[in-house]
Amino acid sequence: MRRAVLIAIPYVWLLALFLVPFLIVLKISLSDTALAIPPYTPTLDLSAGWAGIREFFGQLDLENFVWLTEDDLYWKAYLSSVKIALISTLLTLLVGYPIAYAMARAPEEWRPTLMMLVILPFWTSFLIRVYAWMGILSNEGYLNQLLLWTGIISTPLTILNTNTAVYIGIVYTYLPFMILPIYSALERMDGSLIEAAEDLGCSRLQAFWLITIPLSRPGIIAGCFLVMIPVIGEFVIPSLLGGSGTLMIGKVLWEEFFSNRDWPVASAVAVILLLILVIPIVLFQRNQQKQAEADQ
Amino acid sequence: MNSTVFAPWDDPQAKPLIQFRNVSKRFGAFTAIDNLSLDIYEREFFALLGPSGCGKTTMMRMLAGFETPTEGHILLSGQDIDPIPPNKRAVNMMFQSYALFPHLSIWENIAFGLRRDRMPKAELEARVEEMLRLTRLEQFARRKPHQISGGQRQRVALARSLAKAPKLLLLDEPLGALDKKLRQDTQFELMDIQEKTGTTFVIVTHDQEEAMTVASRVAVMDQGKLMQVATPDRIYETPNSVYVADFIGDVNIIEGRATAQGDESYRIDWAEGQPPLTASSPTSLSNGQGCHLAIRPEKVTISAERPAEAINAIQGKVHDIAYLGNLSTYHVELANGTIIKAQTANTRRISRRSFTWEDPVWLSWTATAAVLLEN
Repeated sequence: MRRAVLIAIPYVWLLALFLVPFLIVLKISLSDTALAIPPYTPTLDLSAGWAGIREFFGQLDLENFVWLTEDDLYWKAYLSSVKIALISTLLTLLVGYPIAYAMARAPEEWRPTLMMLVILPFWTSFLIRVYAWMGILSNEGYLNQLLLWTGIISTPLTILNTNTAVYIGIVYTYLPFMILPIYSALERMDGSLIEAAEDLGCSRLQAFWLITIPLSRPGIIAGCFLVMIPVIGEFVIPSLLGGSGTLMIGKVLWEEFFSNRDWPVASAVAVILLLILVIPIVLFQRNQQKQAEADQ
Repeated sequence: MNSTVFAPWDDPQAKPLIQFRNVSKRFGAFTAIDNLSLDIYEREFFALLGPSGCGKTTMMRMLAGFETPTEGHILLSGQDIDPIPPNKRAVNMMFQSYALFPHLSIWENIAFGLRRDRMPKAELEARVEEMLRLTRLEQFARRKPHQISGGQRQRVALARSLAKAPKLLLLDEPLGALDKKLRQDTQFELMDIQEKTGTTFVIVTHDQEEAMTVASRVAVMDQGKLMQVATPDRIYETPNSVYVADFIGDVNIIEGRATAQGDESYRIDWAEGQPPLTASSPTSLSNGQGCHLAIRPEKVTISAERPAEAINAIQGKVHDIAYLGNLSTYHVELANGTIIKAQTANTRRISRRSFTWEDPVWLSWTATAAVLLEN
C-alpha cells in the first residue's frame, strides 16, 4: 500500500503537469479555427449529454496536420531548427570540452572558483543577457567598435540579425549545460590512467583519444542532449538575435499563436515538435540507464 | 640450473642495466632525490624501501619517464634515457592504483600496449593468451575491471605491464591494496613470475617484510638518500646505521662509549651501575668514541639464572609480554628503566611458559650478536 502511494505520487505529478496539458494541446490541434473565445471549435458541451460528446468527437479531424505537410514553411522550419540545434550543439561541445578539461586539470583549490564562474551567468536574467548580446553584436556595437579601433576591419560586420548571432547566443547561453556534465565525468577520472596509457606506448594525443574521450563519453552525451533538446524549440534567442532569414520552429509556433491567432495549427506544430523531441529524450534516458548499469 | 649464486653486484665485470649517476631531483625548494648513484643489474628483483616521502616513488617515476632528473643522468643499458619520453622507453610500470582502463575488458587492457606497437593480430592474440595463462586469468578475459576482485585486478595490472616484455618492470606498491594473507601468496607469485620471465623488477614499497621476501637486493632510503644497498640478509644482520637497523625489523638500540680491548673487540660502557658490554666489530673505533649497539630481540636469550659462560648478561624484570602465537616478545625492564626486548620461539604450550609478569630474569647475548655502529 505504502509502495503504491509512493509510486503514485510522481505519476500523478506527471499526469497533472505533462499529460493533461498535452492532451489539451492535442485536442486543440484536432479542432478548427473560429472567431470566438477560445478561438477554436468544437468545445465540449457536457450539458448535451452523450449526443454532445459524440458530436464533439465527430468534429475533430487531422486537417491541421495535413496542412503542415502542404505548406513547406513548416517542415523547413523543423528541419532548420534541427540543423541549428545540431550545429550549435557541436559548437557548444567544441567550446565547452576544453573548458571542462581545463577545469578538471586545474589545481584542486581553484576548482570551486572556476565552477562558480561557469554558473555565475545564471544569476542574471536570461533575457537581459541576450539583450546584452544585441548591444555587443549590433553594427554600432562593442565588438565592431573594438575591431574597427584595432584596425582588423574597416567596415562594420553585420552579425546581429543573422544565423551567426543565433549561434553565438545559443553557445553562450547553453555552455554551462555542456561544461558541467563533462567536467564531472573528467574530474572523476584517475590521472594515473593517462600515465598508464603513456607508459604502454601512447603519445599524449593517443592517450587523450583512447582514454580521456571514452571515459568522458557519458558526460559528452549528457551535455549534448541537455543543449540540443531545448535548442530545437528555442524561441527567445532566434527572435532577438536572428533575422528574417532565421527559421526556427519556436518562432513559427509563436507567430501562429499570437500573430495569426490560429491556435489549432499552432497546437499541431507543437505536437509534432514534441514528437521530434521525444526521440532524443528517449535516447538520452537509455544512455543514462546504461550508464547507471555500468556503474554497478 | 646454474648453481652459482646470483650476485652480479659483486662481479666487477657485470654491466648494470640501470645506472643512476649523481642524480638529484628537486621540486621547487624541496629536494626529493639528493645526489644519488646506484647500479641495478639485469634479472635483479630490486626493492626501494623507505618511509613515505623518502623519494622512492620519485626514483620510480624517473625510471618510467614521468619525471626527469634536475641533475645527473639515468642510464638504461648504457644509454642515457633522460630525453626519452615514457611511451618510447622499454620500461613498463605497474601502478599502485593499478590504473586499469575501466572501459576496456581484461583482454583489451592486456592487449593495449601491444596494439600501440602495431603487433600483428595472430601474434598479439597469442601474447595476450600467454599473459592470461601466466597470471591465471583465462576465465576473466571478457570481464571489465570492475567485475573482478582486488587480487585479480592486481594480476591484470601485472599482466598488462609485462605484456610488452619490457627490459625493466617497475612496481609501485604492487601489493598495497591487498589484505595480508593474499599479499603473502602474491609475493611468492611475483617472485615466480619474475623468475619465469627473467625481467628485471624494481619494486617500491614501504613494507620491509615485503621487500625482504621478494627482493634480491634492498635499498633503504631516507630523505632522498640511499642509506644502505645490500641483500636482505646483509641489511638485517649488518645494518650500517641506526636508521637502517631501526627501520628493518625490531631492534634494541643501546647508546654507549667504546673502548678497544684487543683485536676487533670493544668494551662498551653504557649506563651507570650496569656492567659494560662486549661486542666485536670489524669497524675500528677510537677509545671513548660514542657508539650505538644494535641487538635483534631474537638474539637475546632470556633465562632465570645468570648463564655461566655468557659474555654479556644483564638483569631485569619482565615488564610486558607480547604473545604472537609462534613467538613471544618479552619487554624486560632494567634497574635504570631501560627496556630491552627479547624474543623466544614458543616451542612449548603457553601454559608451560617459564616467565610471567614481574619475574626477575637475566638477558644475555654473545659478543657477535650485536652490531656496533658509529655515531
